[in-house]
Amino acid sequence: MLHADEETLEAGILSKENELTKLPHKILEEAQKVGIEQDEKNRSATFFHLNQDTVQAKVNELFEGKIELMDVKTALKQNPQLEHYMWRLVDREKDEFTRKVAADYSGGYFIRILPGVEIAFPLQSCLMITKRNIEQRVHNIIIAEEGSNSHIITSCLQHSTVDSAAHLGVSEIYVKKGAALNFTMIHQWSENTLVRPRTGIEIGDNASFVSNYICMRPVRDMQMYPVAYCNGADSRVSFNSILYGHKHSQLDIGSKAVLNGKGSKAEMVSRAISREGSRIIIRGLIEGNSSDCKGHLECRGLLMDDDSFMQSIPELTARKKGVEITHEAAVGKISEKEVAYLMTRKLSRDQATSLIIRGFMDVSILGLPDALSAETKKIIDASTEAT
Amino acid sequence: MDILEVKDLTVSIQGKVILKNLSFTLKKGESHILFGPNGSGKTTLIGALLGLPSYEITSGKIFFMGQDITAKSTDERAKLGIVASFQSPPEIAGVKLADLLKLCLGKKPEDSFSSEEQQLIERFKLTAFLGRDMNVGFSGGERKRSEILQLIFLKGKLLLLDEPDSGVDVESLKLLASELQRYIERTGSAALLITHKGDIMDYIKAKYGCVLLNGNFHCFTDPLRMYEDIKNYGYEECVACRRRNTGGWNFEQRK
Repeated sequence: MLHADEETLEAGILSKENELTKLPHKILEEAQKVGIEQDEKNRSATFFHLNQDTVQAKVNELFEGKIELMDVKTALKQNPQLEHYMWRLVDREKDEFTRKVAADYSGGYFIRILPGVEIAFPLQSCLMITKRNIEQRVHNIIIAEEGSNSHIITSCLQHSTVDSAAHLGVSEIYVKKGAALNFTMIHQWSENTLVRPRTGIEIGDNASFVSNYICMRPVRDMQMYPVAYCNGADSRVSFNSILYGHKHSQLDIGSKAVLNGKGSKAEMVSRAISREGSRIIIRGLIEGNSSDCKGHLECRGLLMDDDSFMQSIPELTARKKGVEITHEAAVGKISEKEVAYLMTRKLSRDQATSLIIRGFMDVSILGLPDALSAETKKIIDASTEAT
Repeated sequence: MDILEVKDLTVSIQGKVILKNLSFTLKKGESHILFGPNGSGKTTLIGALLGLPSYEITSGKIFFMGQDITAKSTDERAKLGIVASFQSPPEIAGVKLADLLKLCLGKKPEDSFSSEEQQLIERFKLTAFLGRDMNVGFSGGERKRSEILQLIFLKGKLLLLDEPDSGVDVESLKLLASELQRYIERTGSAALLITHKGDIMDYIKAKYGCVLLNGNFHCFTDPLRMYEDIKNYGYEECVACRRRNTGGWNFEQRK
C-alpha cells in the first residue's frame, strides 16, 4: 500500500517541474526545517534528490554561468571524462556500503563552481527519504575550481512519517588551488535510519575547506569518517561538528586530516551531548606528514545520564620534524556551579540546564558563513527545546 | 520592616559545620558590611541565603519579608527578590552576556533593550561585551561590572554582594559602587556586603559592620571604625575588644 504522502509525491516527480514550489507542501515543510529555502531567493542553486530520483537541479539565474549543477548521472553522460573524479578519494572497495553504491546508485549531485567565481549565496542541496524501507544510494561530486569561493548547505532528512530506511552516500570533493569551500551538512534522520556517508576531500595549494556538521534529530545508527587530504602547500581544513544524541541514537562520528602539503593546517572542533540511552563515539585523527604542518583537535562532550555513553578518541600522528599537532578533550557532566549561578538569575533548574546545553552547542564554534549562522541557530534551538 | 530575618542558622558544607546558630536581621533600606578573614564563612552565609545546593542548612530558619523561605529553591528565592553578585562567577560557554541580561530583566532573547537599559549597559562599559560568552576572557573588573549590572536588572530587594570590589580598578569601583548605592536608595532595598577593603564604603552608605569569625558574628558597630580597628589590630583583637554595641545586629538579644 502506498504511504499517505506517496501519491501526491509521485505526482510531483512525474511533472518534473523544475521549481521547488511544485513539490508537495508537506515535503517542503520538512525540508525548510533543515535550512532548505522554498523561494530560493537567497540561494544560488538548488538540488533536490527525493528517494531515488533527482527532482530538481537548478541554478538561480543570477548565478548562471558561475555554477554547474546537475544530477551526477546526467553530468557523466554529458562529459564522460568526469569519470576521472569518481572513486578517486573514496575507495570503492572500502566496505560493503561503498561496494553497494559502486554497484548501483540512484544519482547524486554534481556541483562545479567555475574558476575565480565568488558565490555570495549558499547553494542548497536536499537529499530526502519519504518511502519506507528504501535504501537511498547516492554518489556526489563537488569541484571547486581554482580561485573560487562558495558555500554549500546540504540537508539530509527522512520525512517524519517514514519509520525505517537507509542512506548510503559517497561524496568526493575537490577544492582546487586557491579555492575556498564552506560545506555545511545538516542531518535530520529518524530513529530507524541507518546512515553511512563516505567522504573524501582533496585540497590544493593555498585552498581551504570548512566542514560544518550538525546532527540534531535521533538516528538509529550513523557512522562517518570523512578524510581530507591536504595535499597542497598551505592548504587548510576545518571539521566542526555539533552532535545531539538522544533517544537511543548511535553515533560514531569522526574525521581524519592527512597533512601532506608543506605548511598545511587542520582544525577539528566538536561538541557532543549524549542522553536518553545514546552512544556517541567521537574520533579525530590528524596525520602530519610534512614539515611545518599544524593541527589542533578539540572535543567537548556532555553526558546527561547513566544510560548513555560517550567516548572521545583523539589521535595524532607525526612523521616529519617540525610537525605541530595538539589535542584537548573533555567529557563530563553539566557544571553544577553554572546551573546554580543561572538559578540565582531566576531560571528553574530545567531552564538553566537547557540554556547551558544550547550554549554548549553554540553555532559560533562552526565556521558558518553569516547567511547560515542565524538559520542554523534556529534549527539547533528548535531541536533542543523540543526535548 | 525586616527584609531579612535569620534565626539560629547552622550551615554545613559536606558535613562540616561552617556557621553556628547565627541570628540577625536586616531592615529595609539598610546596608551592612560583613568583615572576616578568609575562610570564616562569609561566602557560605551568602550561599545559604541564596539556597545554593552545596550549602546545607542543618537547623534554623530564614525569613524574607516575613515569609519562611528556608525550604525554597534558589530560583524561587531569586523571584522573591533575593539576588547576589558572585565573587567568582562561572564562565558559561555559548551563553552571551546579552542573553543573561535579558533574562535578568525578564525579557525574551528576541526582545531588545530599552534605551534606559542601553544607557546603563553603556555606563557599565559593557556594550562591547554583549555578544561575548559569559565571563569567558573577561577581566576581573569586567566580571564585577557585569555582576552588578545583572543585580540591578534583577530588581532585587535583598542584595547579597560578595566582594564586588576585589580585582576592580578605582574607576570601576566608583562606578559600580555608586550605581549600587543609587539603586539601594531608589528602591529601599537592603544589602549585605562582603569586603576586605574599605574604599567601597566611600560610596555605599552602610549602617553597621560586623565581623564573622569562628562561625559566628562578633561585634557590630560603625563599619568605618570597625575597618580601622581591623586594619590596626587584626580580626581577633577587633573581636576581643568587647566594645559591643547592640544597636543594629540584634543577634545578642535573640540568644
